[in-house]
Amino acid sequence: MGQGILLSESADIDFMVHGVFPYSFFGHQVWITTTHICVLIVMLIIIGFCFAANRAVKHASEVPGTFQNIVELVVEMLDNMIGNVMGKFSPKFRNYIGTIFIFILLSNISGLFGLRPPTADYGVTLPLGVMTFVLIHFNKFKHQKVKGVIAGLCDPWPFWAPINIIGDVAVPISLSLRLFANVLSGTVMMALIYGLLSKIAIIWPAALHVYFDLFSGAIQTYVFCMLTMTYITDACTTDG
Amino acid sequence: MEFNTNFILGCSAIGAGLAVIAGIGPGVGQGIAAGHAAAAVGRNPGAKSDVTSTMLLGQAVAETTGLYGLLIAMLLLFVKPLV
Repeated sequence: MGQGILLSESADIDFMVHGVFPYSFFGHQVWITTTHICVLIVMLIIIGFCFAANRAVKHASEVPGTFQNIVELVVEMLDNMIGNVMGKFSPKFRNYIGTIFIFILLSNISGLFGLRPPTADYGVTLPLGVMTFVLIHFNKFKHQKVKGVIAGLCDPWPFWAPINIIGDVAVPISLSLRLFANVLSGTVMMALIYGLLSKIAIIWPAALHVYFDLFSGAIQTYVFCMLTMTYITDACTTDG
Repeated sequence: MEFNTNFILGCSAIGAGLAVIAGIGPGVGQGIAAGHAAAAVGRNPGAKSDVTSTMLLGQAVAETTGLYGLLIAMLLLFVKPLV
């Protein structure tokens, strides 16, 4: 890197995804990248938390201890958030929304701990968007039936259908690109600061970490889940 | 050949700079949203938390177009599709 960007040669600016080791997959050379490893670390943390939470809830006491309190707080907060938006559809989607909320939140703030955030790779956010897309359309067909879906496509007039299809396809792309670009911009900004201003980057980058990793990451997680919930509720509502 | 590659790289850098001009729109939009939110809180201070969360949600969605410009700039600078 460095020949495409107007920076000094000595600056080591590094925010790209790197390959760690290659392997052969049906004759194609595929790379295990840093993203895989970061996703794995985040997943291990979540799984460890889940086991601990499971044990804490199984041995739940009348007066909750510290850890049980935290678990109850997290579950209650997610339940409230999902119940407020989805109303009567919330029990069915609580698991999915809660899972992606915790995963995206931990991925976004993993930049604080020196990992490259997994969500700064389009290969991670696009599947999240595609999962939302599949859920939206599965529920649309389930609740509105084929007739309702066709009626929705030909909403103002029948020849408007291509525009509506483009609008439907744009949903997962814009969802995933929003999350990806936000986290990527934070990563690039921090890499530029540490690379170019390495001599004077002593304590003040902490404030930028709080903004780019914690604040922006939390907001984007909230936005992603909120939009997913809104779209799914929209698809489930039959009288629309 | 060498000249052509360097020329394309230079033009890519100019294009990347032009692409991030897209940041003007979200800046104006977020400012308008924040201004109206401030007015709303002034009128009804009790609804401060609701207004703030709605404002942040709207701002984050409005930011998307600026981020598309940033993405184009990133692609031009690092992926170099034209070289």
